[in-house]
Amino acid sequence: MPVTGYELSHLEMLEAEAIHIFREVAAEFERPALLFSGGKDSIVMLRVAEKAFWPAKLPFPLLHIDTGHNFPEVLAFRDHRSAELGARLVVGSVQTAIDAGELTEDTRPGASRNQLQTPVLLDTIAENRFDAVFGGARRDEEKARAKERVYSFRDEFGQWDPKNQRPELWSLYNGRHRPGEHIRVFPLSNWTELDIWRYIAQERLEIPSIYYAHSRDVIERDGMLLAVTPLTPPRAGEIALPRQIRYRTVGDITCTGAVESTAATVEEVIAEVAATRITERGATRADDRVSEAAMEDRKREGYF
Amino acid sequence: MTELLRVATAGSVDDGKSTLIGRLLYDTKSLFSDQLAAVERTSRERGDGYVDLALLTDGLRAEREQGITIDVAYRYFATPRRSFILADTPGHVQYTRNMVTGASTADLALLLVDARKGVLEQTRRHAFLASLLRVPHMVLCVNKMDLVDFDREVFEKIKEDFRRFATKLEIVDVTTIPISALSGDNVVSRSPSTPWYDGSSLLHHLEELHIASDRNLIDVRFPVQWVVRPRTDELHDYRGYAGQVAGGVLKPGDDVIVLPSGLSTRVAGIDSFDGPISEAFPPMSVTVRLEDDLDVSRGDMIARPNNQPTVGQDLQLMVSWMADAPLRRRARIGIKHTTRSVRAMVTDVSYRVDIDTLHRDESVETLGLNDIGRIALRTTSPLCYDPYRRNRTTGSVLLIDESTGATLGAGMIL
Ligand SMILES: Nc1nc2c(ncn2[C@@H]2O[C@H](COP(=O)(O)OP(=O)(O)OP(=O)(O)O)[C@@H](O)[C@H]2O)c(=O)[nH]1
Ligand SMILES: [Mg+2]
Repeated sequence: MPVTGYELSHLEMLEAEAIHIFREVAAEFERPALLFSGGKDSIVMLRVAEKAFWPAKLPFPLLHIDTGHNFPEVLAFRDHRSAELGARLVVGSVQTAIDAGELTEDTRPGASRNQLQTPVLLDTIAENRFDAVFGGARRDEEKARAKERVYSFRDEFGQWDPKNQRPELWSLYNGRHRPGEHIRVFPLSNWTELDIWRYIAQERLEIPSIYYAHSRDVIERDGMLLAVTPLTPPRAGEIALPRQIRYRTVGDITCTGAVESTAATVEEVIAEVAATRITERGATRADDRVSEAAMEDRKREGYF
Repeated sequence: MTELLRVATAGSVDDGKSTLIGRLLYDTKSLFSDQLAAVERTSRERGDGYVDLALLTDGLRAEREQGITIDVAYRYFATPRRSFILADTPGHVQYTRNMVTGASTADLALLLVDARKGVLEQTRRHAFLASLLRVPHMVLCVNKMDLVDFDREVFEKIKEDFRRFATKLEIVDVTTIPISALSGDNVVSRSPSTPWYDGSSLLHHLEELHIASDRNLIDVRFPVQWVVRPRTDELHDYRGYAGQVAGGVLKPGDDVIVLPSGLSTRVAGIDSFDGPISEAFPPMSVTVRLEDDLDVSRGDMIARPNNQPTVGQDLQLMVSWMADAPLRRRARIGIKHTTRSVRAMVTDVSYRVDIDTLHRDESVETLGLNDIGRIALRTTSPLCYDPYRRNRTTGSVLLIDESTGATLGAGMIL
């Protein structure tokens, strides 16, 4: 039966798989939402979603959990892109929850609002009765994520039970859940960081400027380059210096590190990513450095 | 254009699957320095005498504590020729469902055997599952050759034992390689310790293998997944049927039939965000427009009038059962088949396959956890299906617990 000519490239296969996942969820769930942070993975996810339903609009809203500690460039991008698609944007705000006294902020040095995202995410899911939430997480990011299903079942507390995941067979996804439970869906599970960048290049996707090399005042702390901002002033003994940097991931401004880079175009970023010897989270996320199982523990509690 | 090859490990507990995946990543320089440093640190803290490369995939806390794999881990690496998705699956019988998860989408199974132990029950179970799932290629890795002094006779005996067992299975392509996952012999490059072995290294084999695609490009099968209705002024009358092509090559102008209704029409056009498509084939995700305004919805199947799937309510299945509670005759279960969900009743448990002998035990009344056997089902409404051997997508079903939503098993239509 070998017929030649009917072949798809590796990126085309990944895209076809992700489109299939989007359509399954739209068809089988009542109230899905897509987590859109303005970061590169969610930008790619959004483009694939756009393709899945074209020429109709997205049949679900976008959802952002705003820590209040974002890069302004990224928030601006988030708003611009949702408006362009005519999509509804639901924002869950960590700041609002702190102001209302629902959450207490850890203000010790080095603390971030990362852990506070989880309760806000779970509350926002409950308030909006979302039953499926698309996330842009990839299995190549981290060893606990490497274990996660495309459809990741969450109980009524939003918890992930890594020792007891549902089997996931072929591309027949089982989205059954009871009221109060929900499913996190990861359409980009099988994409790598390099695939994301190649797709950004192929689709000529616009992304926030902080992903490209620029000059910024940074301090070096725990082996990471942190931007100097009103939230992250230099500590005693630290000296802020301008450097040519870019971001490999964008998260909370207080715990996302930059990497030294001269990559000013997508092609240059691809070359840089292909040659790098450090994982994207290893290079840039202070929150993963807490312990060997930091990600697994956060995920169990309902983190993205 | 790089090709994608999906690989899943298989074999009994402790035979070295995770170590082999770690070794492949390490020797192809696909590891990042912080990943390696973390594994070195953990190995040192545990007092291992060497760097335990299995820690690269055994990422869960419980896995590290017990030193076994519990659930599938996916790792990615690429060479200039191919990109690989590696699914490292658990060998422990308790987690067979997770092995099936990894193998269900694989193009190739890496079946490991410990040279000291030879072919075990779990080796046979995994080989049988891989053949039932119709994973098109298999590599039998006789591992831990370092512990048997790279003895050729040990290798030949295991190869022969497996060959004798495999003749009863439908595994088309098996290659056997003597390796040591721990020290890297014959993994990425040929080892001087096995001068008697004249085949290629595992990596070389994975790169050069001609991928016998399991895609069916003959029988047009398009399960309708979602109806696209923009409802805007410009696209007021637009109605497209979105889905992933499950078989054959579909073109604008083709005469088609919509099942199960049996209504005929023609393909008006095939749309995508990136422009019109002249030929849609598996696994493309596209949107099909039809010439006539028919009642078509999710769960329907588009095929060619002269080449249709079976439309029916009585199915014969081979089942891999994954639930603690046994599968019994008259049980009512949920079914997901392509994009259609229905209910069904088990009308017969015909036999259970004995993993050691592959004989059919027809005396059984039920299938227990991790059993493989044949059953018959009657569904509440018709499905449009093909034998699994003909089409992995239109021939597979999920068995679901209607009350808890749990996945109970994997079914392959005969
Ligand atoms: N001497 C020797 N030891 C090996 C070799 N391959 C693996 N081992 C050891 O065998 C033990 C089990 O290896 P794993 O890679 O965890 O086995 P596994 O097949 O992944 O086990 P499960 O996933 O739990 O089924 C570990 O202690 C490894 O270091 C080998 O080639 N030679
Ligand atoms: Mg293992």
